[in-house]
Amino acid sequence: MMERKVLLSIAFAATLPLFGQTQTAAVTPPAKAPAPAPTSTVFTNPRSGPDDPRIGLKGGLYDAGEAAFGLERLISLPKPPGFAPGNVITSPAAAAADPANMTATAGAAPHPAAPSPMSQYGSTNSDLAFSGNHLFVGNYNGINTYDIDNPKEVKLRMSLVCPGGQGDVSVYGHLLFMSAEAMNGRVDCGTQGIPLPAGYVPPVVPPPPPPEPGKPPVRAQRPPPPPSPDRFRGVRIFDITDIANPKQVAAVQSCRGSHTHSLLVDPKDKDNVYIYISGTGMVRQSEELADCSGGDPKANPNTALFRIDIIKVPLAHPELAKIVNSPRIFTDTQTGDINGLWKGGNHGEGTQTSSVTNQCHDITIYSALGLAAGACSGNGILLDISDPVNPVRIDAVSDPNYSYWHSANFSNDGTKVLFTDEWGGGGQPRCRATDPMNWGADAIFTLKDRKLTLASYYKMPAPQTEFENCVAHNGSLIPIPGRDIEVQAWYQGGVSVVDFTDASHPMEIAYFDRGPIDPAKRAMGGQWSTYWYNGYIYGSEIARGVDVFKLVPNKYITQNEIDAANQVHFDELNVQDQPKIVWPKNFVVARAYIDQLSRDNGLDAKKIAALQAAMAKVEAHPDKKKVAQLKTMAVSLDKDAAAAKTPADASRLKALAEIMKQGGTTTSRL
Amino acid sequence: MAFYVCLISASLVFLGAATAAQQTKPGPHDDGPPVIVQPGAPGQGGKVLTPAAAAIKPRTPAEADVAFMQGMIMHHSQAVEMTELLRTRGYSKDLLEFGKRISISQSDEIKYMKQWLTDRGQSVEMQMDMGGMKMDAKDMQMPLMPGMLSPKQMEALEKASGPAFDHLFLTGMIQHHTGALIMVKDLFDTPGAGQDAVLFDFATDVDNTQTAEIKIMQAMLSKEKQ
Repeated sequence: MMERKVLLSIAFAATLPLFGQTQTAAVTPPAKAPAPAPTSTVFTNPRSGPDDPRIGLKGGLYDAGEAAFGLERLISLPKPPGFAPGNVITSPAAAAADPANMTATAGAAPHPAAPSPMSQYGSTNSDLAFSGNHLFVGNYNGINTYDIDNPKEVKLRMSLVCPGGQGDVSVYGHLLFMSAEAMNGRVDCGTQGIPLPAGYVPPVVPPPPPPEPGKPPVRAQRPPPPPSPDRFRGVRIFDITDIANPKQVAAVQSCRGSHTHSLLVDPKDKDNVYIYISGTGMVRQSEELADCSGGDPKANPNTALFRIDIIKVPLAHPELAKIVNSPRIFTDTQTGDINGLWKGGNHGEGTQTSSVTNQCHDITIYSALGLAAGACSGNGILLDISDPVNPVRIDAVSDPNYSYWHSANFSNDGTKVLFTDEWGGGGQPRCRATDPMNWGADAIFTLKDRKLTLASYYKMPAPQTEFENCVAHNGSLIPIPGRDIEVQAWYQGGVSVVDFTDASHPMEIAYFDRGPIDPAKRAMGGQWSTYWYNGYIYGSEIARGVDVFKLVPNKYITQNEIDAANQVHFDELNVQDQPKIVWPKNFVVARAYIDQLSRDNGLDAKKIAALQAAMAKVEAHPDKKKVAQLKTMAVSLDKDAAAAKTPADASRLKALAEIMKQGGTTTSRL
Repeated sequence: MAFYVCLISASLVFLGAATAAQQTKPGPHDDGPPVIVQPGAPGQGGKVLTPAAAAIKPRTPAEADVAFMQGMIMHHSQAVEMTELLRTRGYSKDLLEFGKRISISQSDEIKYMKQWLTDRGQSVEMQMDMGGMKMDAKDMQMPLMPGMLSPKQMEALEKASGPAFDHLFLTGMIQHHTGALIMVKDLFDTPGAGQDAVLFDFATDVDNTQTAEIKIMQAMLSKEKQ
């Protein structure tokens, strides 16, 4: 029975794209032959049909058409000065006359400046972090801090200008952490990049050696570029005790810079926090940063490839933060080779090109379980982090449909991991009707006995145009009790809310999408991250700014479920330092479980009615007798749990019984 | 998108540690205008910027960046040409599928690079200055970018078929991709280059993707030998 169901879904997935394509020919440029549908034995959600309201939305930077389902956009704020588009230049000639527009770098003779995407769309918004009533929005040019005391009236409080890309951001108390990886980042947060030393004469580059017939070309030996003590690639630490006057307290340099980082708070260590650095950029030369060198591990056992870096931050003295270990987490435990995981090679016919695993892109730490899930270019890996400085790899998976393992989220109970594949690096349109549904998608794995097993793929189902960069990107859990739900960013594919409670059959339950940034050409934009924080969903739109959403009931989500999620409160949220969600044992949460049991036919309708009546009575006039009646019902619910049809219903019934046993009176919060 | 010149104007206020302490500390619900701060190096004071001083100035791309994109378009175009040949002349099914993937990514990336250049007011084609005589690189009769196949090699590929074609394709594409990696390395080793954020992301992705594709083709070649 199961098998038939799966096959049917695959057939659906294969036929629907064609259907969508013919219908959307007017908005989608002529498509190439459909890409091969890779063979797979697990479920992939189907592409949506031609009636999906996300198809054919009007383009525009601030006036694009919108489609929403189960999500309501409350407010959008464009990027502020220092990050915003603007600076409209009258003509390239006028711009050229301004000496500020001339580069001062050698090997880079000045061209007249032309209106660039920087002036059209500003600098790229990236990841998000939250603390109290503050939202921190990372950007390639710094960080913007917003007051979200009233999420419907979000206000900008402070812009921190400090270029370096990608500006991945985390917060812990009064410390704000920021990733920098690009070549233009400076220790002093200057915006001028790294000019060459005065009087610098570029060395003569020798011609490359003549190619040998039938051999790949060999690189000419070049003199290294001048090292710069001003360049910064790594993790910056700011003290934000006074939010209006942030101070840089440390700038921890690393060999590949920091593409992303993840905060690790060790429950056993009150004096320090740790930062795992994922670096993906070119390795610096040792002339610029001591002990840095790249290359094949066979030729260079000290290569900065094939490792991550770990920073220890002493909370009393954050200025003393430094890298304390660079563990070789890809080592083959049998041979000792440090490049022990994905060495390249093909998965077979109709499959993806997975990247060589010499780096992690992002690591999600789940301290409550002592585990971390690493999305590490060619592999998804599982780490035991009980000793934060010495993580140990306990499992690794690869996938024939995966190009670039990008990020991960655990389900709250730790039985599933949702990985993402950033096929094409984020700048390419990979949600066209011709792009396979299991490429550039989420892969949902079950996690049992510390082993990962593939259960399904999920991709935002609405076909997007050639002009919309789109692929799986960052998301966080929405704390609806009794279900595993993630709100996820898909760049210009918008926001998609996926329910993966049943790991083998993920489904979309809400969405938000806009038309392309530019209706006639490619422009980088869309949602980088969309995260739930204390009742609202915040999105960092790369080009358009910040969006705030809230969930609204639809056929897949009830108001009771939304209310139950809103009982959860975080004092601080860094999504890659995943918090364990604990729900209060009260009637608000009980009603969410009851709605789910009702939706799934997981509990007899009469019992549901009796339960609701009993709860209403206790709420009206709580007395010992009525509370005792609830406790009797709890016994019956526990029995129902033992006979439940699905594991999800069983745990809902058990949780419901717990609430009834306590009389629905506790108001404990996380 | 990387870096922009910020004029250090006279209007900038320098906040030393002492003066900063005297500033009234805005409360969490302060309704005043947002402040724009450019912190200094660790241990150093920062500056408060006016919106005008903070505004992003359009930045002229470095010549090496422009040359990299123009050169890579030419480089990618040859890969697409080669995958076109593969479609009709290839033998192994595995290789045919693999070629489709190369074709998708290189075609998408050509459009991406052209947009990058157009957005910055640059020509999408490389101009060669040959002793005062300007000519387009496409008219040149020799490989200009590292790893590109010579006209002779391309001719041999066009004439081959069956397993012999596959072999020439694999060795040719490994040569081609290795050249792309050299181009990326050369870019980041050119003083002052690679500071544009969009280009940085793109070049990093090219390096990742093509390194992986080389490994796969090497595996296919060794399989061929068996």
